[in-house]
Amino acid sequence: MNDSIVSLVDKYHLIAAFAVVGLTMYVAYWLSRHLTAGRLHGSAIAIIIGLALAYVGGVSTGGSKGLSDVTLFSGLGLMGGGMLRDLAIIATAYGVRFQEIKKAGLRGVIALFLGVLVSFVAGAVVAIGFGYTDPVDITTIAAGAVTYIVGPVTGATLGASSEVIALSIAAGLVKSILTMIATPLTARLIGLDNPRSAMIFGGLIGTTSGVAAGLAATDARLVPYGAMTATFYTGLGILLAPTVLFLAVRAIF
Amino acid sequence: MVIYGVALLAGCMLAGLIIGDVLGQLLGIDANLGGVGIAMLLLIFVTGYLKDRGKLPETTESGINFWNAMYIPIVVAMAASQNVAAAFSGGMVAILAGVLAVVLGLALVPVLTGKKVDDASPLESAPTTPSGH
Repeated sequence: MNDSIVSLVDKYHLIAAFAVVGLTMYVAYWLSRHLTAGRLHGSAIAIIIGLALAYVGGVSTGGSKGLSDVTLFSGLGLMGGGMLRDLAIIATAYGVRFQEIKKAGLRGVIALFLGVLVSFVAGAVVAIGFGYTDPVDITTIAAGAVTYIVGPVTGATLGASSEVIALSIAAGLVKSILTMIATPLTARLIGLDNPRSAMIFGGLIGTTSGVAAGLAATDARLVPYGAMTATFYTGLGILLAPTVLFLAVRAIF
Repeated sequence: MVIYGVALLAGCMLAGLIIGDVLGQLLGIDANLGGVGIAMLLLIFVTGYLKDRGKLPETTESGINFWNAMYIPIVVAMAASQNVAAAFSGGMVAILAGVLAVVLGLALVPVLTGKKVDDASPLESAPTTPSGH
């Protein structure tokens, strides 16, 4: 009986993955609402759970593909693999209007480019400080400091190892969570109380869930202004990190 | 039809990846240079063009919106299938990189905001006009 269930789930692995991820999302959003009063966005908690499951899977199987090495959860590898991931990421560009960026003005555009660049350099400096010398590794970790999406997309196109990609996701996740927590605490200090600074903030920090949750905790009326620039951030990062920024890192190392 | 939206998305993705591949070869790098980013730009322009001409019915849109909505779940699945156990020892890199990025980003906000003028004055009361979002 048990064997037949296991083989069934194994056979329909992608479907099983949908169910597992759906359940994870439910738990994460429940925790977000009831334990953090919405301060920590459900998506961040869901990714933490994902990484934790990958750790458990890796330790228990000794494999290198996280939870997807466990037969029952092999579908996670397909669902979270490069093909569907890139399709979903490209789909997020749908509905983006370039007219919006005009509203943000020149300062917004400068904030966007500077935001991607500063985060990338910060990540690169830390990676180099920890002894990474391969330009692919440095670029992937640096891209992770841009957002937890730019990191793995960059890592996958450059052929980084899963270990380094995991680090890049974690770096982006730390950034997103810290933004959620630190934004309301530092808002007064950095003058985050008006539409213009909110747009600049969105462009400089960019990690969408962090920006939205952080601004919501500061002043909910600022959310649309921050989102206006943050929408472009991941896309700009995906465009710059594996291309110009990688070439720059490769030229130096 | 829903499949038109999915096919449009797939078409943009393939075109973007091909361009990225060609770019990589031109520059002599064994990688896809910005293919995903190029695909995103293509999708924005193509759907924008179609929408302005009223050629993007709701069912077609829903084919794209489905994958848009699957983004976070797919990221969760991606996180769950990485080699986290091996990366665990290097966790400090991730923490420091993330922290430094946020600190620098926050510190630059007042620098770029500059002097307070009309649109940079604090929101004292609820906005009287809807912002359109």
